[in-house]
Amino acid sequence: MNNSKEIKFSEESLALVQRMIKRYPEGKQKSALIPVLHIAQAEFDGWLSSEVMDYVATLLNIQSVEAYEVASFYSMFNLKPVGKCVIEVCRTSSCWLLGAEDVIQHLEKKLNIKTGQTSSDGMFSLKSVECLGSCGTAPMMQVGADYYEKLTLEKVDGLLDRFRTDNKRKCYTDKAEASN
Amino acid sequence: MGKKLLLKNDHIPDIHTFEVYRKNGGYTSVEKAMKTMTSEAIVEEVKKSGLRGRGGAGFPTGMKWSFLAKPPGVARYLVCNADESEPGTFKDRYLMERHPHLLIEGMITSSFALGANTSYIYIRGEYFYIARILEAAIDEAYANGWLGKNILGTDYSLDLYVHVGAGAYICGEETALLESLEGKRGNPRIKPPFPAIAGLYGCPTVVNNVETIMAVVPIVNDGGEEYAKIGIGKSTGTKLISASGHINKPGVYEIEMGLPVEEFLYSEEYCGGMKGGKKLKAVVAGGSSVPILPAELFLKTAAGEPRLMSYESLADGGFATGTMLGSGGFIVMDETTSIVKNLWNFTRFYHHESCGQCSPCREGTGWMEKILHKILDGHGTIKDVDLLWDIQSKIEGKTICPLGDAAAWPV
Ligand SMILES: Cc1cc2nc3c(=O)[nH]c(=O)nc-3n(C[C@H](O)[C@H](O)[C@H](O)COP(=O)(O)O)c2cc1C
Ligand code: SF4
Ligand code: FES
Repeated sequence: MNNSKEIKFSEESLALVQRMIKRYPEGKQKSALIPVLHIAQAEFDGWLSSEVMDYVATLLNIQSVEAYEVASFYSMFNLKPVGKCVIEVCRTSSCWLLGAEDVIQHLEKKLNIKTGQTSSDGMFSLKSVECLGSCGTAPMMQVGADYYEKLTLEKVDGLLDRFRTDNKRKCYTDKAEASN
Repeated sequence: MGKKLLLKNDHIPDIHTFEVYRKNGGYTSVEKAMKTMTSEAIVEEVKKSGLRGRGGAGFPTGMKWSFLAKPPGVARYLVCNADESEPGTFKDRYLMERHPHLLIEGMITSSFALGANTSYIYIRGEYFYIARILEAAIDEAYANGWLGKNILGTDYSLDLYVHVGAGAYICGEETALLESLEGKRGNPRIKPPFPAIAGLYGCPTVVNNVETIMAVVPIVNDGGEEYAKIGIGKSTGTKLISASGHINKPGVYEIEMGLPVEEFLYSEEYCGGMKGGKKLKAVVAGGSSVPILPAELFLKTAAGEPRLMSYESLADGGFATGTMLGSGGFIVMDETTSIVKNLWNFTRFYHHESCGQCSPCREGTGWMEKILHKILDGHGTIKDVDLLWDIQSKIEGKTICPLGDAAAWPV
């Protein structure tokens, strides 16, 4: 859990934060807020606790409330603990036309949770999201940095097995897999 | 075969690497612009080309550029809009993933024309892996002297950075995008002032879509007049179309403006016809924020002429059938599709994505979603339909940004 360990970035992440800040003019370091929140979410168990947000705010020399405001606005930031693999299924137009509802129902059944919930073993969270720019290869889902496209229910099952075997936390900031 | 400008090298393996891109004529527009042209001359070529913004609104790019304020001693910015979140639109993803150097080249040539020394590519957070591709390409461009200080030995310097968002459709709206780039919530600003006067950090700023910026490359290389020869009327050049839904060959296609809609849908070169030979029911021809066109109005305009892929032809037909080319998202629905359910799907999208600043948008989209849900459940009455119209008329034209309008239009 977040609060049981000291909240401090690794040396590597700190260097990355410094690089991010330099991308913006002097005094405009607040621009680095979203990029730094991404780094924080990846490093601290996939979600942003208020302690983590306070830490980010201190690093950027801004008020904590500025970090809360932003983190709560954007859908990619989790403000509650999530599973190691957050499965985000697109539910918008083209995916919907080509069976996104079946994919979501199938996942709910397989994982024994409803959309928006996390499985009891802490492995999976299920979210439905809006168009991710994969409409030509619908239906699709995103897990961490990876897009999984042209989904079939068999393909979904295979992926779930793989995620379980890997047993690794997936983050947006990961290197994407070569091909899905 | 139609002429290809942005995808002309799409078949070349490893075109995403600097070496291969350069070998195939990459970065010549930068050389031409910086060695032989003034900034005014470049803006002039863009004006002559008739290029219109590819992000959805279709505003003439050359005119937008000429509005940029140039107070002495104040920084100017070029920001590329790579937020691409319009349902049914995925061409920018395709372009950036496969042709990152074309975007970088366009950014350098355009930044030079605008006199910007720092430029940003704002990319939606979900495209993290594409941000990495872009950053790798940017590193190559720096290493080869196309970015950084004194490019090509001139006194022009440019830094180019990628900035990732974090999931919010509204950040595609240019002033919300600038707020987000400043590290704030993506609430659209009240205009005026327009970004050309006071944009990023209060400085004069141009925001352009990925495809718009890429189109500057062939315009500078071949001249604006050459570009304007392609297309029809005020819709010049080529356009990238994202085709999806119940068709045989979904994907990204570059078309010459003015291609008949029928050819686009049925020819083997493009969508390849309806999947499973089913009948066409309706098409959304410009991303989700444009009205849905039923099959009978889709192939021909109100005047009975063949409908073409152009800003004008798609807008033709009066209020009832008028649609728009928008961002070029082309979603095809077959006879099995429930239009009400589809409408509910779009409305839910807008409700979810409303930034919440204006009450007609925030509340109205929620009410519309609820009513449509009721109709879907089979409990709808004529009164509900009237109510929908009433809400839509109360949203339209009464909000800060066009999201409210967009949500009202499909209804
Ligand atoms: C709600 C909303 C969403 C938008 N989303 C995008 C987008 O994802 N990408 C984009 O390029 N333009 C988008 N736009 C249009 C931008 O506001 C702006 O017009 C565009 O970036 C200008 O570039 P262009 O002239 O090159 O098209 C959106 C507009 C609105 C109102
Ligand atoms: S119209 Fe909707 S999305 Fe646009 S500023 Fe108002 S509340 Fe936000
Ligand atoms: S509609 Fe699902 S990715 Fe676009």
